[in-house]
Amino acid sequence: MTETLTVDGLTVHYATREGALQALRDVDLNVPAGQIVGIVGESGCGKSTLINALLQLMSENARIAAGSVTLEGEELVGAPSRRLRDMRGRDISVVFQDPMTSLNPVLTIGRQMHDIQYREKISRAEKTRRAADMLGRVGLPDPVAKLDAYPHELSGGQRQRVAIAMAVLMRPKLLIADEPTTALDATLEVQIIDLLKELQREIGCAILFISHHLGVIAELCDRVVVMYAGEAVEEGPVADVFNTPSHPYTAKLIECDPGRMKTKAALLPAIPGDLPDLTAPPTGCIFRDRCDKAAEICRTSPTPSAVTGAHWARCHFAGGGRQ
Amino acid sequence: MLQYAFQRVLLALAIVFVAISALFTIMITLPGDPTTVLLGPRATPELRAEFRANMGLDDPVLVQIVNFWGRILSGDMGMDYNRNRPVAEAVFSALPHTMALVFGAIFWSATLGILLGAFSADNRNSWLDRVTGVLSVGFIAAPSFVVALYSLLLFSVTLRWFPTIGAGEPGDLASRLYHLALPSFAIGLAWVGYVARIVRASMLETLGENYIRTARAFGLTRRKVIYNYALRVAILPAVQVLGVGIGGMLSSAVFAEIVFSRPGIGSLIYDSVSGRNYPVVMGSMLVAIGFFVTCALIADLVNAALDPRQRVK
Repeated sequence: MTETLTVDGLTVHYATREGALQALRDVDLNVPAGQIVGIVGESGCGKSTLINALLQLMSENARIAAGSVTLEGEELVGAPSRRLRDMRGRDISVVFQDPMTSLNPVLTIGRQMHDIQYREKISRAEKTRRAADMLGRVGLPDPVAKLDAYPHELSGGQRQRVAIAMAVLMRPKLLIADEPTTALDATLEVQIIDLLKELQREIGCAILFISHHLGVIAELCDRVVVMYAGEAVEEGPVADVFNTPSHPYTAKLIECDPGRMKTKAALLPAIPGDLPDLTAPPTGCIFRDRCDKAAEICRTSPTPSAVTGAHWARCHFAGGGRQ
Repeated sequence: MLQYAFQRVLLALAIVFVAISALFTIMITLPGDPTTVLLGPRATPELRAEFRANMGLDDPVLVQIVNFWGRILSGDMGMDYNRNRPVAEAVFSALPHTMALVFGAIFWSATLGILLGAFSADNRNSWLDRVTGVLSVGFIAAPSFVVALYSLLLFSVTLRWFPTIGAGEPGDLASRLYHLALPSFAIGLAWVGYVARIVRASMLETLGENYIRTARAFGLTRRKVIYNYALRVAILPAVQVLGVGIGGMLSSAVFAEIVFSRPGIGSLIYDSVSGRNYPVVMGSMLVAIGFFVTCALIADLVNAALDPRQRVK
């Protein structure tokens, strides 16, 4: 199977006063063509850093210390900025989390959708037609009139549909969805998920779907990557990972998901302890300090061990390990 | 938009009314007597009394205000007793010069200020940004009459690039603009500094907004993102400040008109206040305040046109 996106050993450091903050360490990730891959993890696990690194739009103090990111075989790390700019929005595109702030408030939706098509050598009328067409496809009523509307004239759900229309307008090879439903209410969430599935079938793009909502990931994705403190700790087909979680962190995460709890609890369960200090990450397993199973061997770094087929976990006890 | 404009116009009229009435009261209650200035120190008390009665100066202040507004509303701004001509003639022949001066100053401050501000934000924390910052604060700190005097000395007297006095040949646009360049620059310079600082700050804030990240994630060019997507939002506070700043520019215009010997409302007000020439003072004040309020109104409307979110309110 061809890979749309391949991330190999990606390591990103932020320069801070306390020293280099190692936000991503040796992250591997594959998004096969036409598949939806989910990334799940709590806040601070490096999801945003990963998105910025994929787009090569990192803040000034961030630095890719090692690793590579390839889109259909083309290396993005260190690519000329002109080439990167050319790919953004056309080959790789994003839907951001908060639709209330991700559209420019002083430009009409039509103008913003026009600007995205600036590389196309087609007439203005044709650009307008394509924009209106896409607005219709994402389920906005009266798409032609919406082109003249300003973002503040639309509701949150409508704005997120506009943001999705903008993201898929150029039929990208990879669509990154950064918690696109977090800011919306539950009914809208279902609608947006259905819309993404539908567009994915139509356009055939690969989707990298970032969320902390396990239910949404299970519903939408083919594969899932679990991230913890800047590392990918487990990856595999969604059903395998959720049914037989093989990294203790994944197991805890699923235990703590309110949607999966079988008995009523007065207090929501939480994983005891805090994220490790990423300016001086502990040696050995990154989850050791919060893990029930921690043993002497966890003082050495675990390598990914296969559980079944394409399912692996970065734990000494995973798969046929020493459990 | 229309409703918004209507509300603003009503508010502007109310401001003009209150401001002029207050100024009129202050002017009337100010010590000093026009009769002494007009009739000279040797005028008889009878002559003075007659003159005061003629001008209505003995009436209660309230009556004088009502009479004043009555005359204004019927289109009569009174007579300039010093030079025996209608006040309207004096004021409206001076107004275009002051308008040109103020609009010239706005032109300088808007173009240079926005460019400097956007440039600083684009190159933030570079040495160019620091130099621009120091310059801007220097511009703000320098009083406009000092700038006027020194620019006159440097550009007109020493370098001879610009004319020293006057407003240029009537009817000759190039000559008018040539004479306008230096005085309007002297008034606008402080506002170049203000606008640059405001645009820089609001630009930096805007560049951190999510929609800027969106624009960059869609591959728009850096220039387009900064000078189109971000600047359009970042200039909004500067437009507002310039609208209000016209008040300050009008008072700077008094100095500039005196230093550059230009006709205008500023020098008219200055002359008539020192001569206690009440009708001319009030007439020119009325026009100056009307001009200021109109400009602030235009700034509001321009802002509303630039920012669709404001039209809803």
